[in-house]
Formats: sequence, structure tokens, C-alpha cells
Amino acid sequence: MNEFLTATGQGMGNGAVYALLALGFVIIYKSMSVISFAQPAFMMSGAVLVSHLTGRIGFVAAVVVGTIAIALVALVVERVAIRPMVGKAVFVIAIITIGIDIVVRTVAGAFVGVNQLLLGDPWGLKVVTVGGVQLQERHIAAILAAAVVVTVLFLFFRYTRIGLAMRAASLDQEAAMAQGVSIGTVFAVSWALAGGLAALAGVFAASGNAFDQSLWMVALVALPVIILGGLDSLGGAVLGGLIIGIVESVVRTYHSTWFPFLDTNTGGIAPYIVMLLVLLVRPHGLFGTKEVERV
Amino acid sequence: MSTRLRGRPELYTSYGQEMSLLNTRAKALGVLAILAVAVYLPMGMEDDLLRVLNTGLVFAIGAIGLNLLTGYAGQVSLGHAFFIGVGAYTAAALSGDPDGRYIGFGITNPLIWVPAAGLVAAACGLLIAPLATRLRGLYLAIVTLGLVFIGQYFFIEWRSLSGGAQVGREAATPILFGADLTRAGAFSEEQKLFWFFLVLLVIFAVLARNIARSKIGRAFAAIRDRDIAAGVMGVELSRYKLIAFGLSSFYAGVAGSLMFVASGTLGPEQFGLLLSVQFIAMVLIGGVATISGAIMGAMLIAMLPRIASELPHYLPFLSRSPIDSPNIFEFELIAYGALIVAFLLFEPRGLFGIWLRIRTYWKSFPFSY
Repeated sequence: MNEFLTATGQGMGNGAVYALLALGFVIIYKSMSVISFAQPAFMMSGAVLVSHLTGRIGFVAAVVVGTIAIALVALVVERVAIRPMVGKAVFVIAIITIGIDIVVRTVAGAFVGVNQLLLGDPWGLKVVTVGGVQLQERHIAAILAAAVVVTVLFLFFRYTRIGLAMRAASLDQEAAMAQGVSIGTVFAVSWALAGGLAALAGVFAASGNAFDQSLWMVALVALPVIILGGLDSLGGAVLGGLIIGIVESVVRTYHSTWFPFLDTNTGGIAPYIVMLLVLLVRPHGLFGTKEVERV
Repeated sequence: MSTRLRGRPELYTSYGQEMSLLNTRAKALGVLAILAVAVYLPMGMEDDLLRVLNTGLVFAIGAIGLNLLTGYAGQVSLGHAFFIGVGAYTAAALSGDPDGRYIGFGITNPLIWVPAAGLVAAACGLLIAPLATRLRGLYLAIVTLGLVFIGQYFFIEWRSLSGGAQVGREAATPILFGADLTRAGAFSEEQKLFWFFLVLLVIFAVLARNIARSKIGRAFAAIRDRDIAAGVMGVELSRYKLIAFGLSSFYAGVAGSLMFVASGTLGPEQFGLLLSVQFIAMVLIGGVATISGAIMGAMLIAMLPRIASELPHYLPFLSRSPIDSPNIFEFELIAYGALIVAFLLFEPRGLFGIWLRIRTYWKSFPFSY
């Protein structure tokens, strides 16, 4: 039982990271109906930037500066490469984001090089034991951070002018424009938010061990998450992130018991298998809006 | 009925005339000239440059396959690398040494293992198609992306077939009419492979072009432009999406079976997301929904590593060593990304669009329209 709870705790920690990433995907999807494949790059550059800043200005300040800096990078990317394509087919924009991802990720990777980087986080691999269940401090930190971010986002979308404008625009773009909502601002803010969330997720994904250039692969797990939670549901992204995180971690822990005939750990592909099952049974996910085709 | 008037190349008097493969004299002569140059090329070219072109020819077959699915039928697939992997391993297993360490059947005739690789990949494509045909647009892209990860897992796991991670196995050996194409004889390895790949590319390009201008191709275009309208008009959506997936996977399998013939080894790491993105780049840079564009794009992408390795002569700050930064490998990756973004922003019709622009300029010379 303790083994299971330990795996669950670890899964929730990873799941919090996935939730942060998935929130970024969902915010962009809600504002422009596009899945941005550039999130992995923003996540990795966030981690790289923070690890370079930590030595100079301390960890907390580095996280704040890094998050804001990556949000600004995302803002610039949106303005330069995405805005001119508004109105074109969504898959064209999606493929542009793949191109951006490669460029940004390679530039960030150049600062990693062939070595491994240390984030310089205060948690490391320290463990807290609660009633026989082992919890890593960094996972607790990730869960707390995700909880704070989700609360702030909830308040942002509920009470601020721009947050309300974003919700209106995602509901009906033309009606929102008629009410005086600037769609350009909505696009810009959603990209900046997604960039910042990705950078923050990168910090928690890279905490603990040293990380190398393959860190960005973590961000792709957010795709099963948004399929499970529903492409346009913020709550779905959070819940989906936790579920996927727990499934992955539990499968990883019990791999040798469940699949003794497989040598490579199945934890890594478990999220994608879940994704395929969800698409077979319920393509719009747990909380997503069912796609209605009108002619 | 179908008479042609001298000096009026644009005047068609029948539908068949307009739809024919070489519908103008200039096109017929141009294709003939390109083919003649291509056949003669290996005689007058260095072997190392020829090796780059060989890669390009194989890439072109795969890119044509992806273009049938993504360009003509409008179904975005990031899973091309998986089908290429299936083809590569099928071919390697068929031609492998029966007494060797890995699965092998000793069938070294490429006339058998090339189509077989295509068919096995097509079968995999058809297996996945029922799931894929239910989904549209970005959902499909995400599913096929998942496919790459799951596929790579199985390639790594099935050690008796693939040799496992970081180990790999030997690739297929092409022994055609008793002559090993990878051994230098009267002609060098690169020359023989070039001619072999060229023949295959011409066959598969003409086949794809014919598919594109037939009933199937028109159904693909209708689905791409508006799937609901196509369905209303009586195009069976799931059937044609199935065909598109099968065809595209077949081409990917064929390309996969040939891709590692020159290098001789293949490992499961090679069938990752980057390979899929490279093929997307070929299609987009070359020109969506054109066969010649896919070939041009494939050639450009195949030449990129070579171009990158020449660059340090001109840009001394670029390093050849992967340890330093910035190095040529980073440059190569950034070039993929930047080319995709730049072409989509500024020339959505790709290299083929640039060619069209040049052609129109001279056709209507001295007028600008």
C-alpha cells in the first residue's frame, strides 16, 4: 500500500507539472483554436534560463525573472510568426509552431550543450516521510505551485477585464469584437500566459536531478493530458494532468509486476496508450465541448 | 476531337488532353531533359555528392507518400517516422542472414523486399486508420504523434528484430540479378544505388501523379477542401481516408526499406519525432499537393547536412564539433525550423510556387501578368 501511495504522490508531483503545461495548451486553444507545439521549447528555455540565473540572483528571483522573460519571448513569437497567419487553416498555424519549437529549442539547447545542467533548486531529492509514505519535497512544491497558479488563473478569468475578454472571445470571437474586445490583445495575452506557464512547469520538471537536452520530451505528455481533460477545458487540464501523472507513475512502479515479459519500462508510453483509449471511447475528453459540425 | 493547334500550347480541345501527364510540349521536353541529366549524373559526379543525392531520392519517395496524405487528402500526420521504421525493419528482417543474431530470412532480392516493406507498412497504416478516420485536423496530428512514441517503444523492445536501443542491426542488402548494389564493381556503390533509387522514384512518382489525377485524387481533394461537403456529394469519407492512410504508409515503408541501404545499419532511435518533422518540412518546403514539389523539398532537406558541413569555411564561428556551440548540427536543426516557418509565412506554395512564379514571368514576358 505504501508503495502505491508513494507512487501516487510522485505521480501527483509530475501531474502538477503536466497540468501547468496543459493549461498553457488549453489557453492558446481556447483563444485561437490552435494547438501550439511550441510549448516544449518554452518549457525547456524556462528551465535553462532559471538554471543560469540562479547562481546570480537566487532561486526565487530567478524563477520570477525566468517566467516573465519566457512570457515575453512567447509574446514576440506570437507577434512575429503567428499573428500574420490568423485566419489561415489551423493546421498551418500548428505546423508553424512546430517550426518555432525546433528553432527555440535548439537555441535553448545550445546553452545546455552536451553537459547536464543543475537547476539550483532548494529541494534537490530530499524526501519527507509521512506515515511510511515517501514524498519528495520537489513534488510537494510542484503541487503547491500548481494550486496557487490555478487559483490565480481562476480569479484572473473571473474578475479581471482582460480575463473576461478572453472568455468572451473564446465563446464567440465576432460578438466579442463587436463589444469592443481587442482580439489581438487576447491572442497576445494567451500566448504570454502559456509561455509563462510552460517556463514555470520547466522549473519543476527540471528540479531534483540534473537535466539535459531531452527535458522537452516531458512537455509532450501534456498532449495526452489535454486529450483526456478536453481541449478547451481549464479544469480538465488540471484534473487530466493529475490523472495522467498518477497513471504514468503507478505503471512505472508496478511495471515489473504487471509486465514481466517487457524489459523496457512501459511508464513512458502509458500516457499515449491512455490517450488512444480516450480517443476511441470519448474523443472530446472528460470535460471538453463536443464538436458540432454545422454546414 | 483532340487535335492540337500549333503555337497554342494552352488550347485544349478535350478533357483528356488537359489532364494528361505531359500536357504541353515544353513540359514533355523538360521532363525528358531532367531525366536524361539524372541518368547521366552519376558518371560525372563525385561519390560523396552522389551519396547526398541518393538520400534525397529515397526521401523523395517518402515525401511523396506524406504529400498524398497531408497535401492531397489534407490529413496532417506526424506519424510518418513510425511507418518508415516498419518498412525499414521489414526489409532488414527479410534480407537478413538466417543464421545471424537477429531475425532474418535471407531474401536479398530488393524486388521482393521493397514491395514487402511497403505492404507491411501499409497494413500497419490500415490498422491505425479506423482510429484516425474518426478524428480530424489537430486530433489526428496528436494521435499520430503518440504513434511515434509507441512505435519507438516496440522497436526498442523487440530486440530480436531491432537489436535494441544503442545497438541496432544491419540494414537490408540489395542483391539485384546477382549483383550486390552496395559493393563497388564496374560502377561504384553510389552509382549503382543512384540508378536503382532513380528508377524506383520515377515509378512511384508517376504512380502518385496518376493517383492524384484519378477518381481517388479528386476524392482526396474534396475531403481536404471541405470534408462535410465532400460527404454530402457522395464521397465516402472513411473509405478514402483509409485509402490515403494505406497509400501514404506504403510509400513510407518503401522509403524506409531503402533509407539505410547505403549506411548499412539502423537503430530504433532513428525513428523519432525529428524524422516525422523532417518529412513534414519536405512537403511544406517543396510544395503542398504537388509531386515535383515533394521531390524538390526532399532534395533540399537531404542537402542540408551537407550545406551545414560546408558552412564553417564561410562562417568561422560555426564549429564542426558537437561539443562546441554554435555548431553545424544546431545550425541544421534551426534551418529546418526556420525554413518551415519562413515558407509558410512568405511562400505557402513552397519551392514549387517559386518555380511557378519564374515560369509565369517568362511565359508572359514582357508583361507582368
